[in-house]
Amino acid sequence: MSKDMPLNRFEIRLSGLGGQGIITLGKIMGQALALDHGYYVTQTQSYGPEARGGASRSDLVISSSPISYPKTISLDLLVALSQEACNKFFTNLKAGGFLVVDTSMVAQTPTNIFLGLPLTDMARKIGLVQTANIVTLGALTHFLPFMRAASVRKSLKSILPSKIIDINIKAFNAGFNAAKKEYPDAPEKWTSS
Amino acid sequence: MAKVTQLIHNYLRHTKKFPHVFCPGCGHGIVLGSLIRSVHAQGIPKDDIVLVAGIGCSGRIPVYVDFNTVHTTHGRALTFATGIKLANPKLKVIVIMGDGDAMSIGGNHLMHSARRNIGLTALVLNNHIYGMTGGQSSSTTPFGCYSTTTPFGQMEKEFDIAEITKACGANFVARATVMQANLMDRLISTALINPGFNLVEVITPCHTQFGRKNKYKTTVDMYKWLKKNATPIEKYVDMPPEKKKEVVSTGVFSHKDCAGLEERYAQMRQNLNGGAA
Amino acid sequence: MANKTKKKKQTEIFALGNEAVVEGALLAGCDFFAGYPITPSTEIAEEMARRLPCLERGVFIQMEDEIASLGAVIGASLAGRKAMTATSGPGFSLMQEHIGYACITETPLVLVNVMRAGPSTGMPTSPAQADVQQARWGTHGDHPIVVLSAGDVQECLEMTVTAFNFAEKYRTPVILLLDEVTAHTREKITIPDPEGLYIYSRLLPSMPPEWYMPFEDNMRGVSAMPPLGSGYRYHVTGLTHDDHGYPTSKPKEVESFINRLFRKIDQFFYDIQIVDEIQCGDADTCIIAYGCVGRSAELAVQMARERGEKVGLLKLKTLFPFPRPVVEKMLRQCSSVLVPEMNMGQISREVKRVNNGLSKVNTLNRIDGQIITPGEILKKLLKG
Repeated sequence: MSKDMPLNRFEIRLSGLGGQGIITLGKIMGQALALDHGYYVTQTQSYGPEARGGASRSDLVISSSPISYPKTISLDLLVALSQEACNKFFTNLKAGGFLVVDTSMVAQTPTNIFLGLPLTDMARKIGLVQTANIVTLGALTHFLPFMRAASVRKSLKSILPSKIIDINIKAFNAGFNAAKKEYPDAPEKWTSS
Repeated sequence: MAKVTQLIHNYLRHTKKFPHVFCPGCGHGIVLGSLIRSVHAQGIPKDDIVLVAGIGCSGRIPVYVDFNTVHTTHGRALTFATGIKLANPKLKVIVIMGDGDAMSIGGNHLMHSARRNIGLTALVLNNHIYGMTGGQSSSTTPFGCYSTTTPFGQMEKEFDIAEITKACGANFVARATVMQANLMDRLISTALINPGFNLVEVITPCHTQFGRKNKYKTTVDMYKWLKKNATPIEKYVDMPPEKKKEVVSTGVFSHKDCAGLEERYAQMRQNLNGGAA
Repeated sequence: MANKTKKKKQTEIFALGNEAVVEGALLAGCDFFAGYPITPSTEIAEEMARRLPCLERGVFIQMEDEIASLGAVIGASLAGRKAMTATSGPGFSLMQEHIGYACITETPLVLVNVMRAGPSTGMPTSPAQADVQQARWGTHGDHPIVVLSAGDVQECLEMTVTAFNFAEKYRTPVILLLDEVTAHTREKITIPDPEGLYIYSRLLPSMPPEWYMPFEDNMRGVSAMPPLGSGYRYHVTGLTHDDHGYPTSKPKEVESFINRLFRKIDQFFYDIQIVDEIQCGDADTCIIAYGCVGRSAELAVQMARERGEKVGLLKLKTLFPFPRPVVEKMLRQCSSVLVPEMNMGQISREVKRVNNGLSKVNTLNRIDGQIITPGEILKKLLKG
């Protein structure tokens, strides 16, 4: 598929626990897609009163034309970094939509068709468990044919504080490479949006 | 005497129709006179002074004086003054409040202004009563005193405005009674030029609403009581506790010269912008 | 203002609605912010705390509560600053007293209220649109006020600039109502070139101080406003006052004063009324919406048009003074009108008041802290 593929309301939900960096992940992805890829993007969020723990989610709507309704309607892609999130939001996935799970956090998936990587374990191996969101970002950059790694890295650098850039670039590359190795043909599977 | 009166006339608004709203025997005019003498002695131009007041009898003072005057809402005068001072630190911002204003509805703002040490001069005219609304009790009405809302005597303990403001970290805190005109002039003068938050509490009699209900036959009795019982703070601290209850401590409670918030803010801004350039 | 032509200085950023408010405020010349943290408006205060100290005259202060915040904003405005605050439901309730003070003293200021589900503490992180009538009538006494709204992130920037312009032009507090969805949506926005942007600042007096009347009744109904300390010593009071600012309770003076307060807004109605008409030309059914629900309605219109239904959308950006003429026009044109909103019917109340038998007014209300979806609006439209 072409790198500049036209999208009509491609809807993504990033979900997990508070403190996993879900909102930051959405912000980096959204900024890369909006400013560097030139898509129209709305990123919305929902969170509980807890700063750590509790449910957290960030939704993205990506389109080639201006977006009216900013929230998601039915998901093309659900990313679940916790069992609770996976159970809760799986039903919002449209028929043919993709599920990406963190296999170190999600013990059982509601379907056998999913893209799974031990994202949190990978982050732990890198040396900072808080980079699980950026490992996820790396994997998603491989999975989604319309995302360019160079642009995402640029967005990453502009949003995160310079002190922690190096380890996060490492996390991004780890996620990207692992996804490429495990699921080399994943980007080809997107037939419609 | 004629000279002093003439001086005060120079600071009054002649476009504003007198007479003023204050009752015969009210002490508020004495405080205003002292403020004008202090401003004059310090040579501060009228244009540089913003007089901010809250609601109540004390709130009516600004309208008579030829400064920039702002008559605000009940208890919130300090918040307006904070905005004015931060917006233009060159202005000399004076806040006039009553006891209801400063310590009851606006107690929170007084505590925070003192904590911030914002560069203001606050005058609290404490008459121990809500005068304008008809003599209800305030948070400084002494224990056991009568008012229209404490017809059987005040059951609550009263606040000590000067001590609270001192505890909150204000630079300059002092107290005088209206019977100590010279002391009041000195204290208000210091409060005008000292940096940071400066507060002068003035004990002023309200015979109409407080005195009549509390066994003062005439206004003069109230003034006599103040004259007799005003005790310098240096002497007051060594008095036995039961004696302390019967007198009013006056003088300087705290005197520091830490930089006001507006000065510290300007410094931070300069550091930030210097770093950027 | 939405200057789409290519200019050198305009930049694109990916920002929250709340952050766009800050961009708009700084473009409009805001250099004073006082506030108190409250979800979901806090990002405005946080961004201001970072940005304002870097400006030459910028001041940010976190006050002890919302009452104090608006007090400080009024003080700063009297001292000549373009000042604002931002809050949400419970804080907005606390601010009502000082909104009234700003109205009667004709002090320009901008107050952003990010609406969350209420009453009381309600649902702090969930959206609602239930402060609309409070924005209009929240403070006691008869008073005119300007209430604006914004539905997407670019609009947050544009309407904040507009809010400052109206505040300065008409010497009035202006309330900008956002909702949690709009405030917490990130989108790409264009920051316009400041050179080409229309910015209004209050008129300063040109006459000598002894001739100056701070509350004079002139043609515009708005008199010049010098900053405190500039040589024009006058009296500001929350009591009803005469032309000089001195308290008065003479019936004639009070009447002409209150009438002027209303006239200064009413006579410039067409300047203040801002609406977007989307596919209204041939519509026989019209949706009237504002804020984030306006965006749901936009998709609903698209979906309905695809089915061949002649549906239009009137998006209100000015809520008060209520844009009566344009609403009336749509009521005459359409056989039915639908007002979807996240409250029990606060703008539909205004629409019904204007309607007067012209058309059928349907409502769609949601009060569970969730946005009204395009699907819900479409369903209601098709049902009639």
